[in-house]
Amino acid sequence: MVASRAIGSLGRATASRMFRCPGYICRNFTGSSALRSRTHINFGVKGDVAVVRLNSPNSKVNTLNKELQSEFMEVMNEIWASDQIRSAVLISTKPGCFIAGADINMIASCKSHEEVTRISQEGQRMFEKLEKSTKPIVAAISGACLGGGLELAISCQYRIATKDRKTVLGAPEVLLGILPGAGGTQRLPKMVGLPAAFDMMLTGRNIRADRAKRMGLVDQLVEPLGPGLKPPEERTIEYLEEVAVNFAKGLSDKKISIKRDKGLVEKLTSYALSIPFVRQQVYKKVEEKVRKQTKGLYPAPLKIIDVVKTGIEQGNDAGYLSESQKFGELAMTKESKALVGLYHGQVLCKKNKFGAPQKEVKDLAILGAGLMGAGIAQVSVDKGLKTILKDATLTGLGRGQQQVFKGLNDKVKKKALTSFERDSIFSNLTGQLDYQGFEKADMVIEAVFEDLSLKHRVLKEVEAVIPGHCVFASNTSALPINEIAAASKRPEKVIGMHYFSPVDKMQLLEIITTDKTSKDTTASAVAVGLKQGKVIIVVKDGPGFYTTRCLAPMMSEVLRILQEGVEPKKLDSLTTSFGFPVGAATLVDEVGVDVAKHVSEDLGKAFGERFEGGNIELLKEMVSRGFLGRKSGKGFYIYQEGVKTKNVNSDMDGILASLKVPPKYGVSSDEDIQYRLVTRFVNEAIMCLQEGILATPTEGDIGAVFGLGFPPCLGGPFRFVDLYGAQKIVDRLRKFEAAYGKQFTPCQLLIDHANSANKFYQ
Amino acid sequence: MTSILTYTFKNLPNASKWALRFSVRPLSCSSQLRAAPAAQTKSKKTLAKPNIRNIVVVDGVRIPFLQSGTSYKDLMPHDLARAALSGLLHRTNVPKDVVDYIIFGTVIQEVKTSNVAREAALGAGFSDKTPAHTVTMACISANQAMTTGVGLIASGQCDVVAAGGVELMSDVPIRHSRKMRKMMLDLNKAKTLGQRLSLLSKFRLNFLSPELPAVAEFSTSETMGHSADRLAAAFAVSRADQDEYALRSHSLAKKAQDEGLLSDIVPFKVPGKDTVTKDNGIRPSSLEQMAKLKPAFIKPYGTVTAANSSFLTDGASAMLIMAEEKALAMGYKPKAYLRDFVYVSQDPKDQLLLGPTYATPKVLEKAGLTLNDIDAFEFHEAFSGQILANFKAMDSDWFAQNYMGRKTKVGSPPLEKFNNWGGSLSLGHPFGATGCRLVMAAANRLRKEGGQYGLVAACAAGGQGHAMIVEAYPK
Repeated sequence: MVASRAIGSLGRATASRMFRCPGYICRNFTGSSALRSRTHINFGVKGDVAVVRLNSPNSKVNTLNKELQSEFMEVMNEIWASDQIRSAVLISTKPGCFIAGADINMIASCKSHEEVTRISQEGQRMFEKLEKSTKPIVAAISGACLGGGLELAISCQYRIATKDRKTVLGAPEVLLGILPGAGGTQRLPKMVGLPAAFDMMLTGRNIRADRAKRMGLVDQLVEPLGPGLKPPEERTIEYLEEVAVNFAKGLSDKKISIKRDKGLVEKLTSYALSIPFVRQQVYKKVEEKVRKQTKGLYPAPLKIIDVVKTGIEQGNDAGYLSESQKFGELAMTKESKALVGLYHGQVLCKKNKFGAPQKEVKDLAILGAGLMGAGIAQVSVDKGLKTILKDATLTGLGRGQQQVFKGLNDKVKKKALTSFERDSIFSNLTGQLDYQGFEKADMVIEAVFEDLSLKHRVLKEVEAVIPGHCVFASNTSALPINEIAAASKRPEKVIGMHYFSPVDKMQLLEIITTDKTSKDTTASAVAVGLKQGKVIIVVKDGPGFYTTRCLAPMMSEVLRILQEGVEPKKLDSLTTSFGFPVGAATLVDEVGVDVAKHVSEDLGKAFGERFEGGNIELLKEMVSRGFLGRKSGKGFYIYQEGVKTKNVNSDMDGILASLKVPPKYGVSSDEDIQYRLVTRFVNEAIMCLQEGILATPTEGDIGAVFGLGFPPCLGGPFRFVDLYGAQKIVDRLRKFEAAYGKQFTPCQLLIDHANSANKFYQ
Repeated sequence: MTSILTYTFKNLPNASKWALRFSVRPLSCSSQLRAAPAAQTKSKKTLAKPNIRNIVVVDGVRIPFLQSGTSYKDLMPHDLARAALSGLLHRTNVPKDVVDYIIFGTVIQEVKTSNVAREAALGAGFSDKTPAHTVTMACISANQAMTTGVGLIASGQCDVVAAGGVELMSDVPIRHSRKMRKMMLDLNKAKTLGQRLSLLSKFRLNFLSPELPAVAEFSTSETMGHSADRLAAAFAVSRADQDEYALRSHSLAKKAQDEGLLSDIVPFKVPGKDTVTKDNGIRPSSLEQMAKLKPAFIKPYGTVTAANSSFLTDGASAMLIMAEEKALAMGYKPKAYLRDFVYVSQDPKDQLLLGPTYATPKVLEKAGLTLNDIDAFEFHEAFSGQILANFKAMDSDWFAQNYMGRKTKVGSPPLEKFNNWGGSLSLGHPFGATGCRLVMAAANRLRKEGGQYGLVAACAAGGQGHAMIVEAYPK
């Protein structure tokens, strides 16, 4: 989950606004070179400083693709050859983006690892030239400076970054299952020290400019400017360039030194790391930690450690060679392909394919201030939506308001917000017990208890007060939307918006449309979801929609496995070692045993035999004993405030013993157990595509990974079938079918794929 | 009227740019208008409005503005305010019981005298039957004090109001930390020895770290100098221009001081020290000297330095405001009318110091005047960069259209009429007291240089601003 979230931030960084400033670009044309037509780079000279401005056409971001690289080297060669030029500034005129990274497709189109290795080596050579440049090069960074962009920046002699929220530096390659392949693994440790370099490369985290300055990753910061005689963004980049040009002059005149003063702690750390024994200990510790966290499912982090180690212990040449080779190997792994697929899928699911709604939602009302309602409120108010949070009782409302405040205040504690910003954001929230102000609402999202008659009641109450254009969205995880809409006077305005808990952390939003839902209503819901920062899948209505429906058969299998005598802890470790972020037993506790029971009953009725497996009595018994999971303090485990280690709830032993069934021979090995869970999940997902619940496999993968924690290293159920092989899945299903019956019968679409060479992704 | 005429001709030779701009006018005037050409250039003859009381400034004074940490450093704010009020009494000879109300502005409050207006009034010998209150609105606190007085008179609640402002930056309230304060307050309530001991046992050494008064904007945590540097950069105001403007301010202030034009100053005999008679922050330097200074806020490449910023200042000012008929009935010869005024506010982050840009067109529109009608501009100079950025903003159609919702720019004030006797950069800027100085400078300049309308404008922390039209009282 962590990995998938970080990919999310990568996606966010690329979604920056785009605008052009032709007046600005055209300035400072000098010499013949500037007149030569280049599409990605504009090159001018200020005094004796060359200014190289990147701006790839027809794209929201600059990527280090082949054309940009060749134009860049052409310009640099010209700079190195010129007698008039003594230094250079490298800047992007694309707002919000310096260089977002290498071109993923360039790597994806490679057929062999040797080919990828060559790409890496070309990159290494290019950046080595920059590093060895006798004319100082200043990287002026505004916006995303990620991956290859960062590697380029750290090859320059000096870095200046704007201190705004859009400016982030990072090495997110690990999130795509690869490593920084253009010298990054070699330069970064020298620049920021071994521990910080490992942290950056192994987590892929984005580093904001001010932190980058403290780490020594950038040398100077430039404050973003407000409006002057030009729009703020435009003038800020211009100012950044002015400052960078001055520093470039200073560097070539030797008035400024590129040496950085290190603090005491930094000096001590670098001294300690000069001792081989200490370094060995660091490698060991980091490797242990990585193995523990990735459970050996992700090859990239270990290779990163290896490459860094090679560079430090055996010298630069060995390091660069190892980097390019490992880069080639990693790019060809299934894990990398799965992660890259998720990245692309996520970019797709961040777009509104239904177009702009007729009326933008500005006033939002949320019914029910429970965990979900308040969570939805939290992600809405901080995007500037005026939000009414309505509950039936003052205590319920107060709890919800406190949840929103706490969510914001936690950000203040992490210094992601100032207390003033928190207050200002919080003022977008109105808590109330009545329907006052609903006459202005553009959208109402109900998050009341999952009970059809209750939902009907609030729907009728709300429709009496809302204006004609207002969308009514239901946040339900299982109740079919058309049944809810049955009580509506205007079913075209009714839609499902299935958020995942905790709303502020989970990226997915599943939007459910009925046959009657209008396109504009859908467009409106997607627009709101995107504003709330969600990754969105739009699915057709049906019992359990997509996500709940996939989860239900797997949960049923979980119960059976527990009944067969597998300990909850053992089950958890089996599922996490397969790549799920949360163990299956823990998941039941987190979701809530009562909710699980509710859903199992409903979907069991709708789908019959296929959803059977475990005995639902187990859940019923747990509910009757008050073991509702984390929220009641007891489920399969015992939860105590402030206690980190989870203890198994021993009271469960009796319940499990009374419902015990003997495990079947031949389908109960650890691996079988894992595959019994996963194949039921995958089979149901494919069934959803077959039935048209899902529109595309991409949405199925994104929904499974971001909403249900399907192992990111497998890329989602559809990618998994493509990479693992449909036939192998069918084989496993047949084997389980023989033991357990129809629950494992492979669906037609899966069989078709197994029989043909068809893949979900071409 | 004649004074305006003489002013026009007197200034023609040495104010060449100004002359160039206006020389076209007399030529285009038809012959019958030529009798009083200067007056005809005004959009309005007076800003008096029917059925609204005219409000006049009888006179205003200030004690010398001193760099903080100098002669006033052992005093308290109300001492300075008292000195200004005493000076006002002395200057105007107003009978104390005539004053209906007293209002003072201040920014950093001394907690002991949070209503510093009342403490100062009592000490200055005003009647204890005259109520007094204190207002705060950052650097336009004194303006707020004056306009509050204007409101009281205009609405008929009062006839005579003393308004002023005070700031003592030599001493600011430094507090115990919140944790320490909490413990001390709890100790007060603790009843038994056991309770006290258990409270004391929670003491940690970091409780003792003091809390300094915020030098930063609360909403953005940005210091004003930092914001000014960014503002200057946003409007591409160079370091050289800023230094040059600061030098102008100091040179003009020095000249005004030498020529005795700063007549609003009243001497202040500081207890135990010599009598202070003049401002001590005026230091004309050279551009070369100024260029040597390092940036004070955005290091190492910013443009705002100690030399082109206003300095921390101690000082107080006071003025006597009356309904015109009351002043005339008491036999006074008022100095000026206080006319239309506006308060504005905008984004406290990126437009913190652009108050004058927003306020100027608004107040001119309200009064029915144009920029050309103004004979004396008195703007508060927080930073050179701020003044020059405001000039550029006022002169930009783009800015007017995109940020102020106006069709066109208002135009930038001609430098010949601008802060001719120095400004906050050179005279100093006691936050709470500057407003009265600006108004008195405008009034005194109109009397001295001739001219009818003065425009006072200032920016203030919180992204606020103020402007007011001062009309010369006919001689």
